[in-house]
Formats: sequence, C-alpha cells, structure tokens
Amino acid sequence: MSEHSEHNENNTEGEYHEQHHVVSPALYAMILLALLCATALTCGMSYIDLGEWHITQGVTLFWNPVVALAIACTKMSLVVLFFMHIKYSRRLTKLTVLSGLFIFLTLIGMTLTDYMSRAWGRW
Amino acid sequence: MSAATIVTLPDQSTARIPKMNFLSKENGLLSWLLTGDHKRIATLYLISITFFFFVGGSLAGLIRLELLTPQSDLMAADTYNKVFSMHGLIMVFLFLVPSVPATIGNFVIPMMVGAKDLALPKINLLSWYLYIVAGGMMLYTMAVGGVDTGWTFTTPLSTHYLNTHVVSAGLAVFVAGFSSIFTGLNFVVTIHKMRCPGMTWFRLPLFIWSNYAASILMILGTPVLAITLVLVVLERTIHIGVFDPALGGDPLLFQHLFWFYSHPAVYIMILPGMGVISEVVSTFSRKRVFGYTAVAFSSVAIAVFAFFVWAHHMFIMGISNYAALVFSLLTMLVAVPSAIKIFNWAFTLYKGSITFETPMLYAIGFMGLFTIGGMTGVFLGSTGTDIHLTETYFVVAHFHFVMVGGMLMAFLSGIHFWWPKWTGRMYPEKISQLAALTTFIGFNLTFFPQFILGTLGMPRRYAAYPPEFQVLNVFSTAGATVLGVGYLLPILYLTWSLKYGAIAGDNPWQATGLEWQTQSPPLTENFVVTPIMDHEAYDYAWLEQQQQKEVASVG
Amino acid sequence: MSDSTAIANGTAAEKHHEHPPYQRHHFESVDQQFDATNFAMWLFLLTEIMFFGGLFMAYLLMRNWYYPAFVEASHQLSIFWGTANTTVLIISSFTMAMSVWSAQMRRKGLLLVFLGLTFVLGLGFLGIKGIEWHEKWVKHHVPGIHNFSDASFLNPASDPEVYKEYHDKPLSPAMASKTEMYFFLYFAMTGMHALHMVIGIGLLIYIFIRAKTGAYTSGHYTFVENFGLYWHFVDIIWIFLYPLLYLISRY
Repeated sequence: MSEHSEHNENNTEGEYHEQHHVVSPALYAMILLALLCATALTCGMSYIDLGEWHITQGVTLFWNPVVALAIACTKMSLVVLFFMHIKYSRRLTKLTVLSGLFIFLTLIGMTLTDYMSRAWGRW
Repeated sequence: MSAATIVTLPDQSTARIPKMNFLSKENGLLSWLLTGDHKRIATLYLISITFFFFVGGSLAGLIRLELLTPQSDLMAADTYNKVFSMHGLIMVFLFLVPSVPATIGNFVIPMMVGAKDLALPKINLLSWYLYIVAGGMMLYTMAVGGVDTGWTFTTPLSTHYLNTHVVSAGLAVFVAGFSSIFTGLNFVVTIHKMRCPGMTWFRLPLFIWSNYAASILMILGTPVLAITLVLVVLERTIHIGVFDPALGGDPLLFQHLFWFYSHPAVYIMILPGMGVISEVVSTFSRKRVFGYTAVAFSSVAIAVFAFFVWAHHMFIMGISNYAALVFSLLTMLVAVPSAIKIFNWAFTLYKGSITFETPMLYAIGFMGLFTIGGMTGVFLGSTGTDIHLTETYFVVAHFHFVMVGGMLMAFLSGIHFWWPKWTGRMYPEKISQLAALTTFIGFNLTFFPQFILGTLGMPRRYAAYPPEFQVLNVFSTAGATVLGVGYLLPILYLTWSLKYGAIAGDNPWQATGLEWQTQSPPLTENFVVTPIMDHEAYDYAWLEQQQQKEVASVG
Repeated sequence: MSDSTAIANGTAAEKHHEHPPYQRHHFESVDQQFDATNFAMWLFLLTEIMFFGGLFMAYLLMRNWYYPAFVEASHQLSIFWGTANTTVLIISSFTMAMSVWSAQMRRKGLLLVFLGLTFVLGLGFLGIKGIEWHEKWVKHHVPGIHNFSDASFLNPASDPEVYKEYHDKPLSPAMASKTEMYFFLYFAMTGMHALHMVIGIGLLIYIFIRAKTGAYTSGHYTFVENFGLYWHFVDIIWIFLYPLLYLISRY
C-alpha cells in the first residue's frame, strides 16, 4: 500500500491522558468491597418489613422496593463510574449514558401514566 | 418550465470519467461483497432497496386493483389482508427506514464531514448483510403465505387469533431492526468523532443534522421493537401469556412497547428526507438555508419529542382518558419543529434565484405535500377528531402524504441530486422533470380522494366497502397507475444514464458542501488531502471565490 | 486538477505516513480510533438498555398486578444461589476491570490471569444458573413448555422446604395461575441475560487467545476496554435482576 493520504492531527491531543486514565487496583478493590457489602445489605433488607407511607387516599408507597432499587442504583453507579471509567471520561460519554437512562425512564414512566390512571387508586 | 439552469457541465468533447474512482478501484464480486468502502455499501443498498420498493409497490398495485370494485372480488378478504400487511411491512422496514440513511447517507455523510469513511466500516457492511437477511426472511414469509395482521402486529389478533406466519415476519423485522441500529450507530460516531479540522457543529450541512437526529432515534427506539417482537414470538410459540388477558397479561402492553418504537420510526423515516430538502432547496435557490440554527435544532427537537407521543396511535385502544390527554397535548408540540422547517425552507426560497431542475421539483413537491400530510396529522393527534378519523382512510391518506408525498419525493430528490456525484454522469433532465410531474399528479390523484373517503367513513384494511365509495376509489386507483409510471421512469432513465448520460464533472450544481469539492465519482478514500473547513455551510460567496481560482478540466 | 491526477503525480504517495499497524486507515490517529470505538461501544450499550427495558416494563406491570403471586413464586428461588451468583458476577466485574488495567500497564501475564479468572467466574455463573433452572424444571415451574404446575402455590404446605421458611398462605386459583407469569418473566429475563453472558464468554476466549500473542499489551488495549464495558453492563443488568426477582419480599 504505497498510497497514503495525509493525516492531520485531530482534536484528541489534550484528552489523551483523560481517556487513558489508569485507575488504580486499590480503588477497584474498594469498589468491589462496596459492591459486595451492598449486596449483603440488600439481601438482608429483604427479610425486614420496612412498612409503607400512605401518601394520600389510595396512593401508598412501600419502602422495601424503594430501598432495594436505591441500593441497586447505587451499585450500578459504582460500576458505571469506576469499573466503566465514566468518572474519567469525556463529557460526551457521560451525556450518552445519561441520555440512555433518560429514555429508559421515559419508556417506563410514560407507560405507567397510562396504567396508573386506568386503575386510579387501585394501582 | 423556464430554461434557466444552474447546471454547469465540463466540455463534453474532452470530458471523461476519472480513471481512478471508487467504482473502478477494484473489480470482482468479492471486492463488492467484502468491501468496507461506504460508497460501495451505499450502492449495494441502493440496488437492494430499489428491489424491495418494487415488491412493495406491486403489492400496492394489487391493493388498488382490488379496491376498484366494492366487492372483495379480485381476492379473498384474507388474501387482501395479507397483501396490505406485506405491503406495509416491506415499505416501512425494507424501504422507508433505510432509504435515505443507508443509501444517500452512507454515501455522502463521510464526505460531508470531511472523513475518509464511516467510523466502523465493517459494521456498515454487517448492516447491509443484516438487511439482506431480513429481506430474504420477508420474501420467505410471503412465499409461504404471508402475514395478515397489518404491519402493526396488533395483539391479541397476532398472538391468538391467526394462523399466519407472524413469527417469521416478526423475526424478519427483528433482523431489519438491527441493520437500522448499526447504521444509526455508525452515523452518530462518525458525526461526533470524525469531523475534519475546522468542521464545527454549526458548519455542518443540515443533511448531517437531520441524519444525526434520525440516528439517535434508531439507536434508542429500535431495540424496544426488537424485544417486543421477541415477546410476540414467545407468546405465539409457548403461550407465555404476557399479552393474553386470560393468562393475566395485557394486549395493550404490546401496543405501548410497539408504538414506543414505531412512532419515533416515522421520524426516522422523514428526518433524513428533510435533510435532503435542506440541501436541495439551498442549492437551487443559490441561498443559504434561512435560519440554519432553527432548522438544526428543530431536527434535534423532533428527535426528543418523538419519544413522548407514541400513545396517539392508541387513543381508541383502551388507554385511560388522562393518558390520552397527556399524549394528545404532547403531539401538538411535536408538530411545531416540523412546521419550523417548512417555514425556513419557504424563506430560503424567498428572494432566492430559483431554478427548477428535477431535484428542486421533487423538493417543492415535498414541501407542499408534507405540509398537507403534517397538518392532517394534527387532526389525528387531537383525541376528539381522532376517534372519528382513526382506522379510516383518513389515516391512510395522512401517512401516505407524509411518507410518499414527503419521504419518497425527498428520496428521489436526493437520488437525482447526488446522482452525478455517485456515478459521474448526469441523468437526462427533460424526462426526469416529466417523471417528477407525473409522480406529483399521480400522487395527488391517488391519495387526496382517500382523505375524503376517510371523512366519509370508509374503514381502512377492508377488502370490501359500501358502493357509494366506489367513485373515489376508482380515482385513487387511476392515480396509482399514473404514480406507477412516474416511479418506473427513473429506473429506466437512470439506468440509461449510466452509459449515455453527460459527464457531470465535480460540481454540476455549483453546490457548496465538501462532497462537491471532490471528483465524480469520488475516490475510495474520498479526499487526497484531509480537507480543512474554513467557511460556513452554504457559503455561496466562498464557492464563487473557489471557482475563480480553479482551472476547470476533468480527465 | 482532479484528485486522481494528483495521485498519479505522486504528491500523496511521497508522504508516507507512519502509523501503528493497528490503526485503521480511515482514522487520523490512534486516539481518534480509540475515542470513536469507545463511543461506539457506549452507543451499543444504550441499545442494550432499551432492549432489556421492554422486559423490565412488562415485569413492572405484572408485579404490580399480581403482587401476592410474585411474592410466593419468588420464594421458590434459592436465596443462596442467587446471592452466590451475584457475588460471582460482581467479582468477575472486578477481575475484568483488572484485566483492562493489566493491558494498560502492558503486563501480559497478569492480563492472562485476570482474563482467565473472569472466564472461570463467568462459567461459574452459568453453572449456578443451570442448577437453578434445573431445579425449576424438576418442580414443573417452567411455564409454557413443561406442564407448569401451580400446586406449590395453591397449597404451599405441599412444598415443605419452602414452606418451613416462609409459611406462605395458599393463593386463590386465579392468583396462583399468575405465578406462571412470574416464572415466564424470570426465565425471559435471566435467559436473555444468560444469552448475553454466553456471548461474553465466547468473546473472552477470543480475547484470551489474542492476549497470549501480546496483541493487547503493546499499547493497543481498545478491544479489551470495550469488551470490559460490555461485561460490566451485563453485570449491571444482573444487579437489577437480583433484587427484582429474588428479593421481592422474604419477610
């Protein structure tokens, strides 16, 4: 292959270190520990009745699923931020992840508006 | 038609197609089947898409033939159901969704951003192979008897009450969906990461903005369709019950998931077409697009709002009144960005130096027909009127106006516009203008009566109808015949032009845009030297300066 | 003059550009290649979020409609195996992250160790899944294809192992039949997840073989990094599946 077109250096110089940031194994180990603890926590919590919150007539919030999901979201955040290096990534990558979560929540949320309003009070 | 034209061709007695170009670079079947060159892949797509367009079109012909008479006499009602279902499936998933992105987009996007290829050439090729597999599966479905649920696979009809080939049709769409996802993914990465030096976001051609928005929709929406089809297949095969009320499921869940994709899908279909119109209207008015920023942001706005309105396809299906209210309100909002675009194109035309070459004819046709189609969409988006108009021919007319009068015209506009760049040759202008006119007349004759039929109450998806609707149906079929001629002509003269068309040269339209600064057909690597973008988009003054510096010779 | 003339004149051919052999020709620099492929993998993961999203939506709906059935049906899942699986997968995520680190630090030996560990843990996960699924098969809790039986829910006392832990009340026939819906979602979600694990493990074999040749320890670890993203994503899906399927209510 003797014909090569000229290459121009692009916009990635400054971000070289940013995206090739090396996370230390010690940090990985701490995250692992945190994840395992969170797993034990969420397992334990499922054996305890955390009660409910009667917001208004017919609308009740049960704490167990809320706590379970909160723990799961925390675990997800740890994996995304540190194992998947989002904390050290460019703004575009961060935005991409957020937009994915946003659309996922739109699917769930807006579909729920139909189901919840159909069974008003009985949901 | 005025004789004024902006076409500038090189001296035909000395002009030649450049010896080295992406078509001549390598020969042999494998060099095409294993190519990574986005232009070759675009060519492969163009051929396959055209094939499926004619399959879908023939099915449309059969529909119109049946509807000449009130009775279901040409074919049994069940067969008719299969014909319109296959027509819808093929036209939506194998033609409209990939039409502009996979052909024109694949061809032109890397050049427009100043890159040598898309970011992921192998994924691009995979995308085409997935399309071919999907097409094969769809043809198989037709061969073994077709599916008669309508392209929307509505449950519980598709899961419990039919014995047709829902599974194979659903899986064909599943594969086509991944073809679409990979194309969109490639575009988003390319547009973000492979712009040449100086190519800031607001110097990009608006075609890029539109395709970018459509690609976001492809990436985020199509997977939901994929999982929905998986659930339908599971429901049909092992009766899991997720869509079956008797087992505790909800048929409406299918519809929520299906339309969560299929509404953004209509914007996937139209946005790239709108991108073409931006390019064409600017070039043939010799003026920069009015309100560039507004048009750019309107593409993004359409993409965002597209995700919030899907239940307007479900107003009569059993969703709650509150949900209907919310979705109806949001639907009103989504119409606004599209209207902004029409407004801006109209103001681009104002005080422009307009000429009426074929791409411009199609573009002007688009502007009128899409406006009508879009406005009728607002009637349908308003719950009160939708209750009467839904499931009638009004809906059929609405979506054919936006998809055929809009999208297909934009596709043809783009094909004609970039044909000289793609092949190095010009198409014959007079016959192509005739074809454009024929298409426009045929289209209106076919689909306008259907608005009237809809308001009079003729239901859609029925093989037989009350005799008082016959006259309008006959008009519609007559129009369809004219339309068919209008679509056949380009196949003939474009093929003819491959051998006998005038040599086009680099920039027959005097267009701005980086793709017009390369030879026609382009080199495999697009640019010898990576371009540096130092002017705004649609900068005709810059173009004039360039032309004064150049010596015009090809060969 | 046209581009082909320029090439023929050799103006481009003079400037032979030095770039590493793994840099594809359409990229301007290795960094652009890394950047672009990394971004592409993230976009692919977005499609996966939405793909699983449909299943999560179905789950959300059915759980709310048939909560008692879901509670009792979830008692049929072994908390021991479920937690074990979660632990295995989380540790495999750690070893995968360490694989990327090893590749970044150009330490081939360590890279092979961590890849190997990830592979073994992945297989372990699938093995445990197999045990759990087999248990379901034997108890006729596989919906649609193997004579689903809701006897354990109409009369929980007939299933002594589970009964002595949870003392479930018998469900009405209507509600008991909805446990089939739970199990369908269980198999669909864990099945889809397992499919992704299988693909991941297959790719791990490929990566391991390539890593042995030193492909990833000479500065070009993009493939390992991007695969790592995929692996972590599959882990995240399980992080949600675990509480949703196993921990609905164990009190």
